Amino acid sequence: MSDGAKGLTRQQMCDRLAMEFQDGWIVNLGIGIPTLCSNFDFGDKQIIFHAENGVIGYGPLTGAGREDLHLVNAGGQHVTLHPGAAIVNHADSFGMIRSGRIDVTVLGAYEVAENGDFANWKMAGQKGGGIGGAMDLAACAKHVFVAMEQVTRRGQPRLVERCAIPVTARGVVDLVITNYGLYEITPEGMALREIAPGISVDEVKATTGCNLSIPREVPPVKVRG
Amino acid sequence: MPKSKVFQSFAEAVADIPDGSTVGFGGFAVVGMPINLYEALAEQGSKGLTCVSNGTRGGSTMPSDAPTMEWLIRNDQVRKVICSFTAPTRASQKLVFSEYYEKGLIEAELVPQGTLAERMRAAGAGIPAFYTPAAVGTELAEGRETRVFNGREYLLEEALPLDYAFIRAHQADAFGNLRFRRSQRNFNPLMAMAARVTIVEVEEDILPVGAIDPDDVHLSGIFVHRLVKIPPPPEGWWPQRPAEVAKQEAERSAR
Repeated sequence: MSDGAKGLTRQQMCDRLAMEFQDGWIVNLGIGIPTLCSNFDFGDKQIIFHAENGVIGYGPLTGAGREDLHLVNAGGQHVTLHPGAAIVNHADSFGMIRSGRIDVTVLGAYEVAENGDFANWKMAGQKGGGIGGAMDLAACAKHVFVAMEQVTRRGQPRLVERCAIPVTARGVVDLVITNYGLYEITPEGMALREIAPGISVDEVKATTGCNLSIPREVPPVKVRG
Repeated sequence: MPKSKVFQSFAEAVADIPDGSTVGFGGFAVVGMPINLYEALAEQGSKGLTCVSNGTRGGSTMPSDAPTMEWLIRNDQVRKVICSFTAPTRASQKLVFSEYYEKGLIEAELVPQGTLAERMRAAGAGIPAFYTPAAVGTELAEGRETRVFNGREYLLEEALPLDYAFIRAHQADAFGNLRFRRSQRNFNPLMAMAARVTIVEVEEDILPVGAIDPDDVHLSGIFVHRLVKIPPPPEGWWPQRPAEVAKQEAERSAR
C-alpha cells in the first residue's frame, strides 16, 4: 500500500473519518493508517485519545531527542500528554472499552463485509495472529470505523459479501474509508456515500466485491479547507 | 521480622524458578518490560516455561540484541506462550517466535488483549472465571461456552494464575509498595496480582518503608516479593532513544 495509489492519500482518508468525530468524543486509534487521524485539526472540538496501554488524553508525537522513554501510545510511538491526561492500568483501560466508554475506534482491516463483519487479525494461511486490542474494541466501541485501501496488493476487492478470512467481530462496522471513497454499512447493506476525486463510479463498482447501493449523484469526498 | 524482600542481584532473585513454571512478563512496547530479569532467566536456564506477555519481543527503544522473550525461545526454555500477538504486525517483520511456532516446537494461546489483562486481574482478585463480549462470533470462540445476558452474547473466560510475575517499576519501598511512571504501569500490577511470587526490577534506589505516601502507592507490597535495583548502564539494561537504537543497529550491520 502506498500513497502512489489512486484516489485519496492515507492522510486524506483519515481526515475524512476524523471529520465525523463529535465534540467530547473518546477516540481509540488502531495502529497503522488510523494513527493519522490524530493529525487532523479538530478546531474547537475537544477530542480525547485513549490508548489501550492506559494512556488517556495523549497528544502529538514527540520530536526526536525529546522522547519520554516511559511514555508510548498503543502503537509504541512516543507521545506527549495533554493537560488533564491520566494513566490507568491495562485492566482499567479495557474496562473503559468493554463498558462502552469509547465513542469510536478506527481500525485497519484486510476485509469488510456488507453485513458489517470485518477481518484484521489473521491473514489467509497465517499461523498465529495479531489481535492486540482489536477484538475488545470492535465488540464494544459505540462506533467502529475502518480505514483501508480499496483493493489488495493483487488487486482483489477488500469490500466483500462475506469475509473469507477469520473475522475480528461481526456486524459492527459503521463507516469505511478507502482511497476510492466513503462507504456506510446500513441495515440494507453497503452504500457508497462519497467518491474520491479522479475515481469513477464504474471503477468503484469494478473493485467492490459486494452489492453496493449508489445514489444517482455521488458527492465528492469532503475535504477540509 | 520477615525476610527482606531486597535482593542484591537478578541471578539471586530468579535462582529458584523451577522447570515448568508459568511466568508473566509485564511491559508494553518496551515500557515497563523486565529486560534485566529476561537476561537473568536466560542465564538461569529453567526449561518448559509457559510465558505470558502481550507479545514475544520488544520495540524500537531497545536494540535487537537486548534481552526479550526471544532469548528464552532461542535457549529452548519455552514450551508455550500466551499472548495477544503471536504473529508480526507487519509482513516485513520476522519474529524468532514464528520460526519455532511454525516448526511445532512451541505451543501458543492467542488471547484478545483486554481478555488477557482481565484473566490475570481475575486470578489476583479471587474470581475463577468471567464473561466478556470480546471474541464472540470469532474463530477463538468456536466450541466454547457462551451465555446471553440482557440479550447479548458473552464468552466464558477463565482466570490466568501465574507462578511468577516479572515486572519493572520506577520506585519501590523495602516492603514492595510500587510506583510506576507514565505508561510503565500497563500489565504490571495485574501480573503481580495474579502471581504467587512477584519479582520487580526497580529503576530508582529502593526507598525505606514509609518513604512513599500511602495515597501514591500504585501497587501494594502485599503483591510483591522480591526487589532488585537496576544498576546503571552498561551493567543494567535501560531503554534508549529510538535514534540511539537506530545508530547502534546501523553500526552493527556495518560490522
